[in-house]
Amino acid sequence: MSHRTLIPIGPYHPLQEEAEFFQLYVEGETVVDMDVRISYNHRGIEKLCESKTFDQVPFAVERVCGICSASHPLAYVQAVEAIVGVPVPERALYLRTIVNELERIHSHMLWLGLAGHFIGYNTVFMWAWRYREPILDLLELVTGSRINYANVKVGGVRMDMNKEQLAAVQKGMDEVKGPVEMLTKAVLDDPVLHVRLKGVGVLSKDDARNYACAGPTARGSGIPFDVRRHDPYAAYDRVDWDVIVREEGDVFAKAVVRCLETLESIKMVKQAAQEIPDGPIDAEYREIPEGEACGHVEAPRGETFHYVRSDGSSYPYRHKIRAPSYVNVPSFKATCIGQSITDVCLTLAAVDPCYSCTERMAVVVDAASRKKILNFEDLVRLSQEKTRKLLRDFKG
Amino acid sequence: MSETELARELKTTLGATALEIRQPSRNNIFVTVRPEDVPAAAQTVWDGMKSRFAIVTGIDVPGGIELLYHFVFDDKHTIVTLKTLVAKPFPEIESITPVIPAAEWIEREVHDLLGVTFRHHPRPERLILADDWPEGVYPLRKEFKPKDPNE
Amino acid sequence: MGFTRWGLKKSPWVYHVNTGACNNCDIEVLDLLTPRFDVERFGIQLVGTPRHADALVVTGICTRQCRPRLQEIYRQTPKPCVVFVIGVCALTGGIFHDAYHRWGRVDDAIREVDPNAIFAYVPGCPPKPEAMAIGVLKALAML
Repeated sequence: MSHRTLIPIGPYHPLQEEAEFFQLYVEGETVVDMDVRISYNHRGIEKLCESKTFDQVPFAVERVCGICSASHPLAYVQAVEAIVGVPVPERALYLRTIVNELERIHSHMLWLGLAGHFIGYNTVFMWAWRYREPILDLLELVTGSRINYANVKVGGVRMDMNKEQLAAVQKGMDEVKGPVEMLTKAVLDDPVLHVRLKGVGVLSKDDARNYACAGPTARGSGIPFDVRRHDPYAAYDRVDWDVIVREEGDVFAKAVVRCLETLESIKMVKQAAQEIPDGPIDAEYREIPEGEACGHVEAPRGETFHYVRSDGSSYPYRHKIRAPSYVNVPSFKATCIGQSITDVCLTLAAVDPCYSCTERMAVVVDAASRKKILNFEDLVRLSQEKTRKLLRDFKG
Repeated sequence: MSETELARELKTTLGATALEIRQPSRNNIFVTVRPEDVPAAAQTVWDGMKSRFAIVTGIDVPGGIELLYHFVFDDKHTIVTLKTLVAKPFPEIESITPVIPAAEWIEREVHDLLGVTFRHHPRPERLILADDWPEGVYPLRKEFKPKDPNE
Repeated sequence: MGFTRWGLKKSPWVYHVNTGACNNCDIEVLDLLTPRFDVERFGIQLVGTPRHADALVVTGICTRQCRPRLQEIYRQTPKPCVVFVIGVCALTGGIFHDAYHRWGRVDDAIREVDPNAIFAYVPGCPPKPEAMAIGVLKALAML
């Protein structure tokens, strides 16, 4: 086997040979059980936040996860704003919306590229990541950084956007719409993808509820909740958009949800950039009193939930961070067991787990002998081979 | 239904189990319950009242370990948190995982980081701390002070 | 040490290790392969096993759980190899320098296995892809 042909250009390849996050026990080709061990990425951020002032915490939490970098600080500041009771100015709400939706667009495209790689459609990977770049450029234009935006603070946002930046954002949305529509069509219309992805990794509505799944993982299984609609924050109740839901619960449904959500986000960013009112971008407040509150936002992967308790000092007494992957990843128990190993890597990828959780994703173990037989790289290869076989059957 | 109506509904449904109900901000309601009432209250709020489980927070406070069970009522734009207090030095409480499978990981995490024992948890193994992390050392407890490895 | 031999390799194969990172650095590393930056034109390719690697790209704070794995990966990588320490987390821990689950510096962890290991450092949070590419190319040119 030549590693050159594998060229695992997907991020799931950097698998350490011994460290297992998931152990999938198989009998023959079917997964019969799973074990999980997370610890590799545990950094103790919640404890860290207790030694940072309230104003420093956003900088720490945006590094919880690189792809939800705008969502974590926003959930945190919303919790603190609920404790303080400070009303955030309108302009700041729109600015928050723009950055968070831009993040959703680039995150969904990242996922689409990955899914393409696992299926073996490397063109999809390259195209999706190529069209991500202008979004990152826009984020750099309006916040100063491609990732880690440091744009929110308690009471508003830290930086404004001028007319040129807002115009560039609108233009960027017009330019990316075509490619996203093309990629969406490629997913929706390709008969091989239908066969490859439909019925794979089905998460039932009951399981989605029992595992408290969030985001596209839940919306792909018919659970229509979206924090932006059900507890509107930023400017989501001021712009026009639809919640995307599918009922089937399989990988295909989740892919469709993400593609269509990307198009909704493009709509939202454009509207927000056009309709943004003038005014201040932050509100003054005297101090952070004793109190507690929860704040949540819809990150690309689902609901990001933060809880903050203040004891009246300059430091949070407690800050609880729950990323969406924390509730989505355990649903693997429901979706992987009974799957063939050729479909496992797609099923694992379908919940769009944050890399920092799944860097060392999975290892396949024979249930009878308990011997390791495959690693994640093998799972990716098996998945790609299955697609190739389907393509041959289609053409033949 | 408005949020305040939700607070009223909680009062009626939970009855005497709810020792105190506070709504300090528009979309946050806090309900204090006794530790032994937590599984039943969690079932009522999650299954009976059809909310969505979010997460469990553990806090080391002078009186013990406070446990907060967060549930979201999406259609009422409100987060309802059940609060309870378990006493140190051996804090323990009945697990809600048999009722809400989604609680499995977080109860294991709270055990790792704060030392709370969740009785009848289906899989009470270490989840989040390294294999070589010493037993009995709970990083989220206030007396734990991390050292900077750079020094 | 075999620098000359290593220096003659025009096409370094790179294995990526995450020792507890937030993924920002990891995504930017992968971005290097995409059409905008396309480091494959410099001959740099990511491989799926350390046994085929000429260089390691390490990100993350080196958590306690990761340290033995990182050391094992270093052992498996054929020598000579260069360890690219990417991002301020891998250098000094960055904002997580006093996090309780952090073991210490990535280069210290590797020096436990090989005191003569070769390191190249690219700071940033995250370093921009251009910075990473330049860092890698500079290191290769020096050696």
